[in-house]
Amino acid sequence: MRYLPLTDTDREDMLARIGVSDVDALFSDVPAGKLLKAPVDLPRARGELEVERILGKMAGKNTAASAVPFFVGAGAYKHHVPATVDHLIQRSEFLTSYTPYQPEIAQGTLQYLFEFQTQVAALTGMEVANASMYDGSTGTGEAVLMAHRVTRRRKAVLSGGLHPHYTAVVETLSEMANDEVVALKPDVSASEDILSQIDDSTSCVVVQSPDVFGNLRDLKPIAEKAHAHGALLIAVFTEVVSLGAVVPPGAQDADIVVGEGQSIGNALNFGGPYVGLFAAKSKYIRQMPGRLCGETVDSAGQRGFVLTLSTREQHIRRDKATSNICTNSGLCVLAFTIHMTLLGQTGLARLAEVNHANAVKLADALAGVEGVTVLNDSFFNEFTVKLKKPAAEVVEVLAAKGILAGVPVSRLLPKAGLDDLLIIASTEVNTDEDRAALVAALVEVL
Amino acid sequence: MAETRYSKDHEYIRIEGDVGTVGISDYAQSQLGDVVFVELPTVGKALAKGSEAAVVESVKAASEVYAPVSGEVVEVNGELEAAPGTVNEDPAGKGWFLKIRIKDAAELDALMGEAEYQDYVKTL
Amino acid sequence: MLNRQGRPTQAGEASHAEHATFTGNKALQQIEPLIFEIGHHEATGVDIDKPAPFKSRLGKHARQGEIGLPGLSEPETMRHYVRLSQKNYGIDTGLFPLGSCTMKHNARLNEKMARLPGFSDVHPLQPVSTVPGALDLMLELARYLMTLTGMPAVALSPKAGAHGEACGMMAIKAAIAAKGEGATRNVVLVPESAHGTNPATAALIGFSVKAVPARPDGTVAVEDVKALLGPDIAAIMLTNPNTCGIFEPQIVEIAAAMHEAGAYFYCDGANFNAIVGKARPGDLGVDAMHINLHKTFSTPHGGGGPGAGPVVLSERLAPFAPVPFIHVENGKPHLIESRGEAPKGNQPFGRMTAFHGQMGMYVRALAYMLSHGSDGMRQASEDAVLNANYIRAGLADLMSLPFPDHPSMHEVLFDDEWLKGTGVSTLDFAKAMIDEGYHPMTVYFPLVVHGAMLIEPTESESKAALDLFIATLRDLAIAAKGNDKERFTSAPHHAPIRRLDETRAARSPVLKWEKPASAQAAE
Repeated sequence: MRYLPLTDTDREDMLARIGVSDVDALFSDVPAGKLLKAPVDLPRARGELEVERILGKMAGKNTAASAVPFFVGAGAYKHHVPATVDHLIQRSEFLTSYTPYQPEIAQGTLQYLFEFQTQVAALTGMEVANASMYDGSTGTGEAVLMAHRVTRRRKAVLSGGLHPHYTAVVETLSEMANDEVVALKPDVSASEDILSQIDDSTSCVVVQSPDVFGNLRDLKPIAEKAHAHGALLIAVFTEVVSLGAVVPPGAQDADIVVGEGQSIGNALNFGGPYVGLFAAKSKYIRQMPGRLCGETVDSAGQRGFVLTLSTREQHIRRDKATSNICTNSGLCVLAFTIHMTLLGQTGLARLAEVNHANAVKLADALAGVEGVTVLNDSFFNEFTVKLKKPAAEVVEVLAAKGILAGVPVSRLLPKAGLDDLLIIASTEVNTDEDRAALVAALVEVL
Repeated sequence: MAETRYSKDHEYIRIEGDVGTVGISDYAQSQLGDVVFVELPTVGKALAKGSEAAVVESVKAASEVYAPVSGEVVEVNGELEAAPGTVNEDPAGKGWFLKIRIKDAAELDALMGEAEYQDYVKTL
Repeated sequence: MLNRQGRPTQAGEASHAEHATFTGNKALQQIEPLIFEIGHHEATGVDIDKPAPFKSRLGKHARQGEIGLPGLSEPETMRHYVRLSQKNYGIDTGLFPLGSCTMKHNARLNEKMARLPGFSDVHPLQPVSTVPGALDLMLELARYLMTLTGMPAVALSPKAGAHGEACGMMAIKAAIAAKGEGATRNVVLVPESAHGTNPATAALIGFSVKAVPARPDGTVAVEDVKALLGPDIAAIMLTNPNTCGIFEPQIVEIAAAMHEAGAYFYCDGANFNAIVGKARPGDLGVDAMHINLHKTFSTPHGGGGPGAGPVVLSERLAPFAPVPFIHVENGKPHLIESRGEAPKGNQPFGRMTAFHGQMGMYVRALAYMLSHGSDGMRQASEDAVLNANYIRAGLADLMSLPFPDHPSMHEVLFDDEWLKGTGVSTLDFAKAMIDEGYHPMTVYFPLVVHGAMLIEPTESESKAALDLFIATLRDLAIAAKGNDKERFTSAPHHAPIRRLDETRAARSPVLKWEKPASAQAAE
């Protein structure tokens, strides 16, 4: 077995040094009859080549986004990731390190966490950001719990523009903790009356922008109403590239901002691993979940970084911790930070501009297709269209033609009566040919 | 002359009339190490004897400070927010946590006096 | 005197070594400023063409003004992050005996496989018909996990160990509610030696926590558990092998006692690496156990994630598994993504995360399992246990074992009894290990022993590596007992940075870079 350095002679010598005759003597606390006498019923060890064949065959059955005209979004986005990013995150010292519990030999990790926190704070327009959550959806769940701690209330109001899977994550957590959730019905046209839902028992209002249907939403009036009632505004985004082009939630007085950071530096990965971004006003810092990296000095006066405010966390506070989170998204954070460093504000603004331009071009082209209606007034790189046939069927037919057209709303919201709606994303990876192929295929199918 | 009494959890209460000033003992601060944060209750809060009155945090630990007697919080030491190190430097003086209006003076009897507490600490 | 950039303002000040350098650098060890100090707002390391003019649809939502983020060109970016990497210790650097964390070799084959476009470049919401290989992979991973644990079901989607704990405990809560006992069964038993995530998870889900005392021999006794049982007890969360590195001898009796009392047994599977292919949790009476793919199955820790925490479930809990999951009917897999679509008999408790979990980690873990095979995984666990006991045998005469009566499993726990009177603490000892080129063991955990030192070498170490490690720790131990205090209390001396002032970091937190006041004034 290529991964195991001990030889049989080593094993014998070591057992002798320990003073036992065979290795099972070390398993003597395993109750009688429960110690397996032979390997379990699974295939034996394999060489590299054989493993590559098996996994290569599975991978080969899937349609990769790069291989086709690709317009699937709704919470995860296909973007180009510079080659530098994937090279750097595979450096041994990053890849094979642990959570930086020993800061003297983990300054590499700690410094990029500090850079990440600064980047996220700047992007969202917030005062502080943590060192990541698992993804945008779990971050949203944690944000709601945090709001409950801050306000000492237990009712969350969720916008109908929130990604339905995010809504489900919040509902699951809340149901378990016996907290109340008011989830507004799906709001395709960003016209819901969320203000009337806010009262003195509301802990927080959760609003996504761009929302799951692609609409850009005005958060300021919601923040005002929430604050008037002592509630918090939690702003959510699933497409972080949008922050290169739109007013950040911090400028609209959001109290907590959570989002999915996958778009920057991270591959689609069939849904994970991703990286949850989490920022807040600094007055709420002690109620924040997750790791925080802070600046300090060493005993010789040199600047250095450490994990700090750890008394919020599970390993110290146990059942009174602000979250149970431990391992988070370290390497995805690094990918995000490196990509963001390559972009800088200049590159990010340009990337966002190209995304928006591509989506506008596509929306304009689709508006001319018989049987397609673009529903959005405003959008960034994603919008919703109404088709004259069920969207799931249309998507399936287009997939057979080698075009991945988008996400049918019925996939996210089955039985909601929205079967004719399709969410379409267009990023910098789409070419004019891709768009023309989608338009032509839709003309044919509808 | 104010009298100071101690709990087994190392809180002290310095009694002046019907108001007691609560903090943690010198022994407690030395065990905690550098105090980095103190979470104080709101003024007006009613505390039952033995209930959580405050939380004191060092870098690696968070400890509850329990009310040594029942009563209402009448004042908290806001200075600690900016200077939590005061708890280490002067626990019996400027490092006090809160003042409590003592509900039942009889509860004080269950606490230790200065000499008794010093003997108790020696056994730890 | 340092400026805000952390650069010396004159020769030699940042270095207290005898041979001071002008830059403060020490050959391969370079002082590296933050990107905010070396980057520029107009700089970028990507080339993206400006789009042709178009009519914006952002409306009133268009961003005004600068974001305030610097960029770096590609060569600068490369150098910056390479230099940062050189300040980190990884498994590839040396022995990484961090107890409870299973820092084993991360094979690069696994990285290569995870990057196949058919895995890395597929979207969670593209038509299921275009990702049959992704479902195959998840089913195959599930088969391996179920076979190794002897459990009939697995929920794959949790994103890390603590998330898996939450998933398992939610399934328990849902099962209790389904029996109509939701209002009354709301207490979870957690031993004092448990990982902090256990009580934090129980509290998160609305349970209250009751501690189970540890016996003087480091184990949990069934009588102590029984004494706490009643109609209010929902479950016990027990780590096995436990955090003291001991296989709980009465685990079967404890499981039976829980079940008899109408409660459930959640097993924290953080230490599964000790028993893969040697014992199956399903045979021990476990109802739910998360598996840290980033521990036992070698997916890289990546400086704190990403992890993956699939949860295996007993027959009694399987119906409550969250969405999404794959339901196989007539040999055909169906991806179930909402409660409403669940096949008859299933009552999913909800959803843990937006998508299908950590696919990238599934691929790596399966590559590990396929490579090792059933024989290799069993051998790996035996070697992990052998290595830990070999270290124990090599150090037991110098360092103190709090629980000498049980063999260690894959990790050995020492306390600081042997350091009494030396003026050297567990932390000092750990920092001196850094100078010797080792990552320290886990210190001050578990909380049930004083000054804990928890050493987990894993199966990835050769005998020669272990012999040098033992010799090094022996030398350090003798020095600690021999009044060579300075070697410890001011350690590390040779790391890129000296001991950091954590009190200062916590008292006045600086959590992001801000433009120095002098630069702001100059603008």
